[in-house]
Amino acid sequence: MPGLKRKDILGLREMSTEEIDLILDTADTLKDIVTRPIKKLPTLRGKGFVTLFYENSTRTSKSFELAGKYLSADVTSIALATSSVQKGETLLDTARNLEIMGPDAIVMRHPVGGACNFLAKNVRCSVINAGDGMHEHPTQGLLDMLTIRQKKGRLKGLKVAIIGDIFHSRVARSNIFGLTKYGADVWVAGPSTLLPPGFEELGIHVTNRVEEALEGADVVNVLRLQLERQEKALFPSVAEYHKFWGVGPDRLKLAKADALLMHPGPMNRGVEISTYVADGDQSVILEQVTNGVAVRMAILYLLLGGGDAA
Amino acid sequence: MSMLITGGRLLDPAQGLDRYADILVDGGKIVAIGEGLKGDQVVDAHGKVVAPGFIDIHVHLRVPGQEYKEDMRTGTAAAVRGGFVGVVCMPNTNPVIDNVPLVAHVRQLAAEQGLCKVWPTGAITKGSKGEQLAEIGEMKDAGIVAITDDGRPVENAETMRQAMIYAKQFGLAIMDHCEDKQLAGGGAMHYGKVSALLGLKGMPSASEELHVARDILLSLETGAHVHIQHVSSKRSIELIRWGRSLGANVTVEATPHHFTLTDQAVMEMDYATTTKMNPPLRAEEDRLAILDALRDGLIDVIATDHAPHHLDEKNVEYQYASFGITGLETAVGLAISRLVKAGVVTLERLIELMSTRPAQLVGVPVPTLVEGAEADITILDLDKTWTVRAEEMASKSKNSPFIGWELTGAPYATVVSGKLRMLEMNVL
Repeated sequence: MPGLKRKDILGLREMSTEEIDLILDTADTLKDIVTRPIKKLPTLRGKGFVTLFYENSTRTSKSFELAGKYLSADVTSIALATSSVQKGETLLDTARNLEIMGPDAIVMRHPVGGACNFLAKNVRCSVINAGDGMHEHPTQGLLDMLTIRQKKGRLKGLKVAIIGDIFHSRVARSNIFGLTKYGADVWVAGPSTLLPPGFEELGIHVTNRVEEALEGADVVNVLRLQLERQEKALFPSVAEYHKFWGVGPDRLKLAKADALLMHPGPMNRGVEISTYVADGDQSVILEQVTNGVAVRMAILYLLLGGGDAA
Repeated sequence: MSMLITGGRLLDPAQGLDRYADILVDGGKIVAIGEGLKGDQVVDAHGKVVAPGFIDIHVHLRVPGQEYKEDMRTGTAAAVRGGFVGVVCMPNTNPVIDNVPLVAHVRQLAAEQGLCKVWPTGAITKGSKGEQLAEIGEMKDAGIVAITDDGRPVENAETMRQAMIYAKQFGLAIMDHCEDKQLAGGGAMHYGKVSALLGLKGMPSASEELHVARDILLSLETGAHVHIQHVSSKRSIELIRWGRSLGANVTVEATPHHFTLTDQAVMEMDYATTTKMNPPLRAEEDRLAILDALRDGLIDVIATDHAPHHLDEKNVEYQYASFGITGLETAVGLAISRLVKAGVVTLERLIELMSTRPAQLVGVPVPTLVEGAEADITILDLDKTWTVRAEEMASKSKNSPFIGWELTGAPYATVVSGKLRMLEMNVL
């Protein structure tokens, strides 16, 4: 099986459908490891990577760690609280010090856009973006696409509604960049203050009417609302947000009867999503999490080039 | 020792001069213009254009206090290498140049170490904090040519109004960095589709335009001369056009980077921090509006906003990088390539934009090619094709987005007060 002919995974905007297909196909193959009694393949034995998280994360950091461990890679995790960032060391110095210890990749989450691009230009090892500011979260985009592909058998022509704070969301961007490459009919909806400028030019529909986006949708992907945005006057109250843009049973009925309900987590129940739909029949939210491990296994395998295929 | 500039095309549009002749320089002055002259040191200007000396009215020399970015010697070396005989330096140093001893210090350093003329500006407000007026009259007596809180705006409109009234009586222009800080919102680049794609915080054009409009209104009210620094947006230009039509005493400068690049560069250069400056590179329609305003004469001056920064301040995440790029050593090449060769402005107009008007704007002697005038001369090689190289730059800092660019047109020689300070882009 061929690997990825690239050093880094920085975002989906720059990736080809061939590369994405390869990752998703590989993830499909590797996914059942998660449910096996013996969750261990020797594929990445002797390989190692570091997760370097400058922002809090439970799901993504543990997903990368488990993905690495299932493939027998050596994983070291550094979180903000235990890193030297508080001593004022630059990202470059931290990364160079980590790199010299020999990992094959650095998986980084960082609060500002482009930080992974910057890192990738300055280290020889692979850099995997685990979310950089408002820019991209490629593994989330890929696991969302994998989930849709598994359930719907395709991406092309599906109406995908992404609801919430699109402006500040790296999840939205990676989904938009990835899905549009496959010809999905992408709609984004949220309050006008949380919609990015110029995104119509990407060939997607941008609206502040959530009903319009949900109408006849095959997939409904509800984003987490960052509650601190309220302090910056981007929306007046959680109650008003929920009234106009929250997704509950009534609104979900606007979508197709077999529409998938997705959320990248962590959820604010009763704000952007109602418990009744989050835990309802159409929800694939927990499967997204399993697929997250599968996608990250695939990327680690394809990037770190561990010997024979699984 | 006399110097003879031979065989060049002398071009001085302010006096309608366009002829081939030699220039004899002695004792710091132009002593003769004609044919068959003799001098000790010969500068061969055959095939070159001999123009009145270029002046950059927006330069950060970083002295005092930030000599790790630039110092008097390296900053003025960059100036003469770029073809400039004089620079107007900004007061946002450490400490801020807001009093007589600091103005005197800069002038003394310039006299001791400077390779070109240096005219300081003083702060509008003490510490450029936007509160109390600095000792503007005292600083004028000490030699400042304008006042500015450049690097930051004067946020309080009433403070600006009083500053205008006060500065006017001393005949000083107020140079303003127009920016509404709340609207700019901690942005790192222009607010628009590109910032949205890159996930970077954006500064909307209105953050500049609001202050441009305010300054024009205050200038109309006070009659003071307000100079809009580094104009970056289409609507700012429309506002200035409107202000002029009402008789506002408003002048404006444009930088080479704003007439050359757009926010696309941030994406194309993959978050290179040499694309980060304030005001930011804006959209193509803004760049085209600046070109139009250069073409139709609205823009008075090309200035570089030469802003050297240490590698440590630029080799970081985009959001955390310092604003600003160096400009002195690429300005002439970009202006000839992008404006003259592209047919946006004539060479005559470029000389007005980079020599005559800058001098008039800050009230310093206007360089000119006449017998008896001070020998401040810029010689241009319009046909030289060259590559911008970091290792050849005279500035202490190399934070330029144009490194690696091939340009056509270059400064060939710089003569400051009769001394040859640069020849073929080598600082002497």
